[in-house]
Amino acid sequence: MVNIKIDDINIKADKDKTVLEVARENNITIPTLCYLKKQNEIASCRICVVEIKGNKSLVPACVTKISEGMEITSNSKRVLESRKTNLELIISNHNKDCGACFRNKKCELQLLATEYKVNEDRFGKLKEFVQIDEKSPYMIRDNNKCILCGKCASVCKKTQEIGIIGKNYRGVKTKLGCAFDESIDDTSCILCGQCIMACPTGALIEKNNINLVNNAIEDKNKHVVVCVAPAVRASLGEEFGFPVGTNVKDKMVGSLKEVGVDKVFDVSFAADLTVMEESYEFIKRLENKQNIPMFTSCCPAWVKFVEKYYPEMTSNLSSCKSPNQMLGATIKNYYAIKKDIDPKDVFVASVMPCLSKKYEKDRGFPNEVDYKDVDVVITVRELAKMIKQKGIDFNNVDAADFDIPFSTGASTIFGNSGGVMSAVLRTGVETLTDKKLVKLEFDEIMITKGIKEVNYKLEEKIIKVAVVSGIKNAKTVIEKIKNKECEYHLIEFMACPGGCINGGGQPIVPSDIRNFTNFLELRKNAIEEEDKNLSIRKAHENPFIKELYDNYLKTPGSEESCRILHTKHKKD
Amino acid sequence: MELEKLNKILEKYKLDKAPIMPVLQNIQKEFGFISRDSLISVSDFYDVPLQELYGIVTFYSQFKLVPSGKYEISLCMGTACYVKGAEGILNEITSVLGITDGECTEDGMFSLNNTRCLGCCALAPVLMINDNVYGNVKKEEVKGILEKYM
Repeated sequence: MVNIKIDDINIKADKDKTVLEVARENNITIPTLCYLKKQNEIASCRICVVEIKGNKSLVPACVTKISEGMEITSNSKRVLESRKTNLELIISNHNKDCGACFRNKKCELQLLATEYKVNEDRFGKLKEFVQIDEKSPYMIRDNNKCILCGKCASVCKKTQEIGIIGKNYRGVKTKLGCAFDESIDDTSCILCGQCIMACPTGALIEKNNINLVNNAIEDKNKHVVVCVAPAVRASLGEEFGFPVGTNVKDKMVGSLKEVGVDKVFDVSFAADLTVMEESYEFIKRLENKQNIPMFTSCCPAWVKFVEKYYPEMTSNLSSCKSPNQMLGATIKNYYAIKKDIDPKDVFVASVMPCLSKKYEKDRGFPNEVDYKDVDVVITVRELAKMIKQKGIDFNNVDAADFDIPFSTGASTIFGNSGGVMSAVLRTGVETLTDKKLVKLEFDEIMITKGIKEVNYKLEEKIIKVAVVSGIKNAKTVIEKIKNKECEYHLIEFMACPGGCINGGGQPIVPSDIRNFTNFLELRKNAIEEEDKNLSIRKAHENPFIKELYDNYLKTPGSEESCRILHTKHKKD
Repeated sequence: MELEKLNKILEKYKLDKAPIMPVLQNIQKEFGFISRDSLISVSDFYDVPLQELYGIVTFYSQFKLVPSGKYEISLCMGTACYVKGAEGILNEITSVLGITDGECTEDGMFSLNNTRCLGCCALAPVLMINDNVYGNVKKEEVKGILEKYM
């Protein structure tokens, strides 16, 4: 421990900490732009500069370690003016079409510029306009808004170990891009969307599909159905000023009803369907000793990763579609017929905490001959924007419930890393052993950790399971399996660290919260809280699931199930 | 044959702690430039993302991504040459050959590189074609100079 002073406050702190960390712990805010804890500590933006007594020049707080007797000033006139100048330099090359920008009012550069009252045109514009990469149908990369903080590159390289995007060229010519300056669409990007989550400005953003939903709503011939993923309820509130971890399910459904859609369904229902199909498939594979370990396939970014990077392992993937696709297929093939609506007139719009679900809906499934399972996928951010554009007062909207028959699911926890596994175990254990589970929480796989391994004893049989989130961790586990260093029966994989609660389509968490609070824990708690309060917590006990099988699908793995709920994976 | 040479370079630094720079330098030395295919080979062999390699290759001016032409034009962009109108010379070369800095003509005859000071500022603006130095170049003369090599 060392003694330091920040803004004349005496502080005792661990000597391995940086000025920024100690300041934050003592409620002294130092702004940052390029800093991403443990991932991007490169001091390139110089917004966090502070004054240290005895030092001639200002130092960046994010990488400066504290030492005995250090006297730091975080808010002197010199510091504030320096920050302002740095902001003016950064913003001079930034394309300032803020009104039309998707990140308007959520842009960290804009917020700081407003706070510091910068003169945006003080230095003119140094860089020429460059081509925007819009080739991908799912995301846009606009270097005219890039401030070269490198956060996208560091999450792509360090967190996901994919390294699609990074810094090319040098000096004033430096720009973020892909190999050979190609479009991101031509690379092996898996569309996890973590780069979008890290970007402080609007340089990386999903392609906006709000208008497609609006057009469908205004089309009198369309029966518009919105399907909402389990993780959305735990995060949508953040876009409307609620604290992180507020479950806004009722308001969310209420707002959607006010927007004017015909039905709002809960994808948790389809998560139960996935559990039924996946448990059945797993038990069958286990009996036949075929393609074990089985990998879950709920996460399209993960599926894309296997197809692109480990094509020899695609047979280990479960043949199940993601819950979202399953629900879409069930709506078009069962619900529409039952309601006597032509499936072509049913418009399925899904709200997902995910970028790659936008891609998944287009990948082409064998059953999609006359109509697609899902017509459009929007992110949580897009939903929030849509609600705001429609002038709906989210805070005071009338609460509403999901519509029958896809109104409830036992598997809300799908949104957390470990959730799919827990739900499969709840059903799998009871099916295999005929015994009722007393405790439904598999705590050891629900903790926030990248790789979790547990052995379960099922009637003399040891089932080895693992739960993995984040592509870096997935790579580690796959390599171990390939080298026969470990043996598992079932593994849950999610591409985003922490699972869908940290998905690439979630509200972007401001740097300060992302760096200094455990926001994933808060979102996760919101979902676990809902799970604990559900009256039905096992997929196979969901009455609507029973009804669906009795009236239509017959049994898990039946011919009809295979036709609409399963798929074949590509070997890229 | 070329593949064999490439594989030899890749193997050579297999046990090095930091093999990427020497591997890239050797490829450049062997083939005169770093082709797209060889960069992909390095990426596969050393399990380094392709973008990271591209980042390195575009960062250091010593690396070239296109082959040199039979005649390599070095156009000085140093301070003296610049103020004496090197940019006009560059535009003239571009209009005659259709290439700009770092590019090579499709027939492989000419490649163009903007360089820093060539050490003869009194002759500014200066350009070199292989080992021949041309000083006090005027825009109108560029076409004639290039035609000597066509």
